[in-house]
Amino acid sequence: MEKIVKGYAFVLGNNVDTDQIIPAEHLVYSLSDPEEKKKYGHFALSSVPISQSGLPNGGIPFITGENYTSEFNILISGANFGCGSSREHAPFALQVAGVKAIIAESYARIFYRNCVDGGFLLPYETPIKLNEKIKTGDELELNVEMNSLKNISTGEIFSLRSLGDILPIIEAGDIFKYARQSGMLA
Amino acid sequence: MAMTITEKILAKAAGKKNVEPGVNVWLDVDVLMTHDVCGPPTIDIWKREFGGQAKIWDKDKLVIFPDHYIFTKNPQANRNVEILREFANEFGIQNYYDVGTDRYKGVCHIALAEEGYDLPGTVLFGTDSHTCTSGAFGMFSTGVGNTDAAFILGTGKIWEKIPESLKFTFDGELPPYLTAKDLILKVLGEITTDGGTYRALEFDGDAVFSLSMDERMTLTNMAIEAGAMNGIIAADAVTEAYVKQRTKKPYEIFHSDQDANYKAKYRFDASKMEPSVAKPHSPDNYDIVRNVKGTKLTKSYIGSCTGGKLSDFVAAAKILFGNKIAVPTFIVPASTLIAQQFEEETISGVSLKQIFENAGCVVAQSSCAACLGGPMDTIGRAVDGETIISTTNRNFPGRMGSKKSAVYLASPLTVAASALTGVITDPRDFL
Repeated sequence: MEKIVKGYAFVLGNNVDTDQIIPAEHLVYSLSDPEEKKKYGHFALSSVPISQSGLPNGGIPFITGENYTSEFNILISGANFGCGSSREHAPFALQVAGVKAIIAESYARIFYRNCVDGGFLLPYETPIKLNEKIKTGDELELNVEMNSLKNISTGEIFSLRSLGDILPIIEAGDIFKYARQSGMLA
Repeated sequence: MAMTITEKILAKAAGKKNVEPGVNVWLDVDVLMTHDVCGPPTIDIWKREFGGQAKIWDKDKLVIFPDHYIFTKNPQANRNVEILREFANEFGIQNYYDVGTDRYKGVCHIALAEEGYDLPGTVLFGTDSHTCTSGAFGMFSTGVGNTDAAFILGTGKIWEKIPESLKFTFDGELPPYLTAKDLILKVLGEITTDGGTYRALEFDGDAVFSLSMDERMTLTNMAIEAGAMNGIIAADAVTEAYVKQRTKKPYEIFHSDQDANYKAKYRFDASKMEPSVAKPHSPDNYDIVRNVKGTKLTKSYIGSCTGGKLSDFVAAAKILFGNKIAVPTFIVPASTLIAQQFEEETISGVSLKQIFENAGCVVAQSSCAACLGGPMDTIGRAVDGETIISTTNRNFPGRMGSKKSAVYLASPLTVAASALTGVITDPRDFL
């Protein structure tokens, strides 16, 4: 697990559901084929209404042109990120697109579990409405040991909620590695 | 220690006498269900993690329903069904319901009930958020992702945090112009799309226990739209009669203790409620039909695990009988059994199928279809600029196809009445 995650912010609103993260028509591609899985990155966040894409102003595509990775690799969102469908393709698509961490006010349960048990992304929570304080494109530094986020563009530092009782799974890498380390699986 | 029904079932599955909300436990899983969208990646992860020794923990407890992208020319979607077919052949999965055979069932959550997999007191996980539907049978059921499903496939176990419970009591008698859909939209309006996160929604009261199993499944199905881990209704004589018709498997009935702890309790008088909608673009964007009546529509849709059950079509047929639709209307039975019942169920001697066709509706084959948009050739899929009224479960941007469409969620009565006028219409105008 990386202790410091540096990158650029992509800011979203509340209730970004998994259909917005990866629309259902794209759930047909292989997640294991190295070439085909790039499509998940290419279509990541493609159903977010354009007015809500890259706040505060909106109108910023997460992925440009034919790319499958984004120039933004830390998502800042409001409440209930990842609600709706259980599709694990959602955190997978964000990972393929290069996203390392999400910082949201809260998550939907299945998306949160998928991030952790699949080892795709760091799902940090904070009671602060960071999506009203951080702008898309701000340079950020996430410190996993300190549970803090620095906005390098403005100098502000925000404290984040600790990852809590799921930290051992995150540190192990995913649910399988955790189960092997703890002796549950051979 | 007093416990809720959800706590009692999870305690049993965890091999414990008592459990408390907030505690993580490892559960023994009774049934794992998957489908064509999440099955192939689940199988991939299972093979990757368990390698050449990959063994299914219990073949009889794995159930696979291809149901999402079935009637499409999309080659990758068809490849996913082929992967399931090969997996079922290779490992001898008896509970595989293949497309193109008379074993094909349609939408997984409804097929689980019809085929006798939903049993009071048991624990069911599925790779689909609407797996919570099965909670109508007094059991614990919830959705998980591919990794968790692959873990269950290999071990039969999964961790879960014991949820706090919210209790929703519906007193009184449900008037003929309301269905379970109106009740659950009201709940969503009250607690919003994250009011149930990491919580159990427990439904109780005379109005709930007067409902058929079809209608109870509408309540538990949409628990996930509040973010809930599960929805649950204690089993009663109606549940037992349904289950015993379908299986001889054993089950155990649990009830919440009188003094069990709830995070919050809500009480409604069903007899005083109104036909309801969820306006675009969220299932919690509650309003009563009277406030949005006259909104112009381009399409109406009756289908899905939420609103494509026999009781939904009987309700719609009452209103469509002898009338003509004013906007294109799609009828998508959730299961092949329901499609068959279309020909057997009659109103004044006319079959449901005939009523729908006489009204001018398109009757489609059983599958998830346009509820979640799906491949571009999916029947009923939303296109740019549309305003749709639908009996389905979600109306987030782009859910039914185009993100430039708007979807109102409503009961089958309200959708049928609106189909006849082309604008959002109170079903009382036709009853």
